[in-house]
Amino acid sequence: MEQTVRKVYVGNYSDLPERIGKTVVLEDKEIAVFKLTSGKLHAIENRCPHKGGVLSEGMVSGEHVFCPLHDWKINMTDGLVQAPDEGCVQTFDVVQEGEEVYVKVPENEA
Amino acid sequence: MEKQKLVLIGNGMAGIRTIEEILKLLPDQFDITVFGKEPYPNYNRIQLSKVLQGDTELKDITLNEWDWYEDNGIRLYPGETVTKIDKDNQVVYTDKGKETAYDKLIIATGSNPFMLPLPGVDKEGVTAFRDIEDCEKMIEYSEKYKRAAVIGGGLLGLEAARGLLNLGMEVDVIHIADYLMERQLDRAAGKLLQQELEKQGMNFLLEKQTAEITGKKRATGLKFKDGGKIPADLVVMAVGIKPNVAMAQESGIEVNRGIVVNDHMETNVPNIYAVGECAEHDQMVYGLVAPLYEQGQALAKHICGMNHQGYKGSVLSTQLKVSGVDVFSTGLINETENTKSIKVFDEWRNTYKKVLVEDDKLTGAVLFGDTSEGSKLLSLIKKGADVEEYLESESSADDGADVVASMSDDELICGCNGVSKGAIVDAIKSDGLTSVEEIKGATNASRSCGTCKSLVSDLLTHTLGDEYAGNEKETICACTDLSRDEVIAEIKEKGLTHTKEVMNVLEWKTEEGCSKCKPALNYYLGMVYPKEHEDERESRFVNERLHANIQKDGTYSVVPRMYGGVTNAEDLRTIADVAEKYDVGMIKLTGGQRIDLLGVKKEDLPDVWKDLGMPSGSAYAKSVRTVKTCVGAEFCRFGTQDSTGMGIQLEKKFEGLNTPHKVKMGVSACPRNCAEGGIKDVGVVGLDGVWEIHVGGNGGTELRQAELLAKVKTQAEVLEYTAAFLQYYRENASYLERTSHYVERVGIEHVQDVVNNDEMRKELSERMDEALSVYKEPWNDVIESETTLKDLYEKVNAN
Repeated sequence: MEQTVRKVYVGNYSDLPERIGKTVVLEDKEIAVFKLTSGKLHAIENRCPHKGGVLSEGMVSGEHVFCPLHDWKINMTDGLVQAPDEGCVQTFDVVQEGEEVYVKVPENEA
Repeated sequence: MEKQKLVLIGNGMAGIRTIEEILKLLPDQFDITVFGKEPYPNYNRIQLSKVLQGDTELKDITLNEWDWYEDNGIRLYPGETVTKIDKDNQVVYTDKGKETAYDKLIIATGSNPFMLPLPGVDKEGVTAFRDIEDCEKMIEYSEKYKRAAVIGGGLLGLEAARGLLNLGMEVDVIHIADYLMERQLDRAAGKLLQQELEKQGMNFLLEKQTAEITGKKRATGLKFKDGGKIPADLVVMAVGIKPNVAMAQESGIEVNRGIVVNDHMETNVPNIYAVGECAEHDQMVYGLVAPLYEQGQALAKHICGMNHQGYKGSVLSTQLKVSGVDVFSTGLINETENTKSIKVFDEWRNTYKKVLVEDDKLTGAVLFGDTSEGSKLLSLIKKGADVEEYLESESSADDGADVVASMSDDELICGCNGVSKGAIVDAIKSDGLTSVEEIKGATNASRSCGTCKSLVSDLLTHTLGDEYAGNEKETICACTDLSRDEVIAEIKEKGLTHTKEVMNVLEWKTEEGCSKCKPALNYYLGMVYPKEHEDERESRFVNERLHANIQKDGTYSVVPRMYGGVTNAEDLRTIADVAEKYDVGMIKLTGGQRIDLLGVKKEDLPDVWKDLGMPSGSAYAKSVRTVKTCVGAEFCRFGTQDSTGMGIQLEKKFEGLNTPHKVKMGVSACPRNCAEGGIKDVGVVGLDGVWEIHVGGNGGTELRQAELLAKVKTQAEVLEYTAAFLQYYRENASYLERTSHYVERVGIEHVQDVVNNDEMRKELSERMDEALSVYKEPWNDVIESETTLKDLYEKVNAN
């Protein structure tokens, strides 16, 4: 089994709203892409480890997003759930080519 | 030097507390072995009733985890009973054939429940209430059977009875005396307690003596000496406890009622000590936790060779809560020929207080309903204070701090955990503690029963002075040290206009705030500058950003506006068509008389709204939600006013208004109050020729009855008074504070004063009009804005 990486187009950088998540729908999962106040981009699995809340709709503060269902606080840089809760979400690399923003999604090929 | 061998018989609260104290004083001196009959680590027996109620597990009431024994190098043998002490050779023997030598031996075997020697006591379904096993048995019975009888109306019996009620059983409490808890309460308090518990569903049979437990193999009922009988499938014997001293006695240690000890907790045999419920000191055997801990402390000091005055007996106090009822007693409970009493009975609040005085000294007290004076009285009685000192402290405002100030450093603040005033003051000073919670974490004070919380708080005030008062204020969230009022004052003074600006200027501790302060600041800015403030969508919780309620699976619900809960055939047809077209998961009527379409996908929301062609029902917002109405004078034969018309006017006026928390209203047309105005934020009741406006009700988390704000004559006045009330609430409540909490906090009289003042009402109404003037119907707003549609509602499909 070999792992390949698929590049998924999210949109143009200037079209992405700040501090609002963008939902990217893949076949088997969703990814939430965020543009922070600093201008940095982050992508995480769109599923809170607690009860599966859609993180793309969470409130964004600095590098953290708060899950809309039960207010779990998740660091978008490393995917770690902040204390007192515990857990983590998968993070994805975001690349920019000119104006175009892509998420790199690892895929398993048979 | 070889360590001394210390053996403890009994792995319970008193014994382990002694070990903890010893470890504090001399951590490396002893090689410690503990034998415990029960197969668990040391747990909080006082909280057994919580386990009985089924919602608490053993681990929640465990005081010392398995790790604690290991970390302190203690050999623990759980489930192993010591059967014999060879006092000459200093060796103990166990039921598993173990022999262990000791240099020092502590007996802390506690008590056994006292089982009345009744015929039938050995039948199935008869149990004591003393340990985890008993609880498990009772829970098991409650699943199979309906009727329980508790013999004993003391502390233990009532806790057992409450637990069984919670488990769904019908409970009879049989008590030999003519009132409850006669050892801790006087007749007046006992009777009040009985009334309260009867309201909760307990049934009492007083002045009854059980003669026999009836049934064949299994208990099926009780027979009394007076010939009466009752059915019962579970019989709980809670008539008392007796010190567990048989093994000590057989081993040749002096025993009276308990194992006889002196002030150093020494028995008559060298190197053998006794502590806790099994020990008898000065002819007293104690069964409450505070004295046992005091004994443990004295014993630890003695074993560690510290110069100590020893244990001098305890002034007993009882503080307990039987399902919400607070009772407290200490010292002398009943009047004698030589006592005079101070009694206060408040029938309205259902509280009772009695303080006994003998030769000008306080000698005892009983409190029922309100026990806030308990720790003060205990402290005064302990030091044998003069009645005048108590009366003076009653009239002075900061009495709490005075009481703690007058205490000596080694006086105990927390009886349960043996924490002295000195230890707490040291912790406050050396660790910079500023809250009762922090002190609990650092010293254990107030960790068990919580009675001493007010004393700990007083001690904080006493130690830190004004600093403490400053630190206890409620800040908006952990991102700032400022309170709501301070932030709003700064917003006004400095003309701050954006949440980020507020955070920067007021030196927030976090870069961009958190999910608590962001929406709060956004609300406050909009409230202060209704016309200028631009609402920040990223500071809104998802529901208010997307104008729909998020559900657990990430779909949304849609509730169209339906003024006053009145609809028509055409609208219903439209709703039905939309529901079919978008395949909604469920159509549900809400508590506020609306129709809820559940399971709508985010990307479908704008189209659903467009097809509905109705305004948003604000069901997702901190805003005026719904005005529920009764049928009213138009159809109802009892209706005196046009409640639907009034409701529709109210809803049209206040539609979409941002408020600190959701606001629900109701309008009824007669005192039957079918729109349930008594539990609404604003409940209007129409009577013949008059409208009553009630405010501050809540039917949710914390049930609260609305209070009458004003009576007015016309519909216009209803609108005006409601506007003034809501605007005053908007301007003065904290974000996320419901009107029920707000009115409770400031008092209805204050709100009445403001709203009934003509000038203030007029000004509030004007500011309300200004706030309402900026409202834009949000669904239509979204549909018309391409950017919003793209930013918020479109997903990227990469399939």
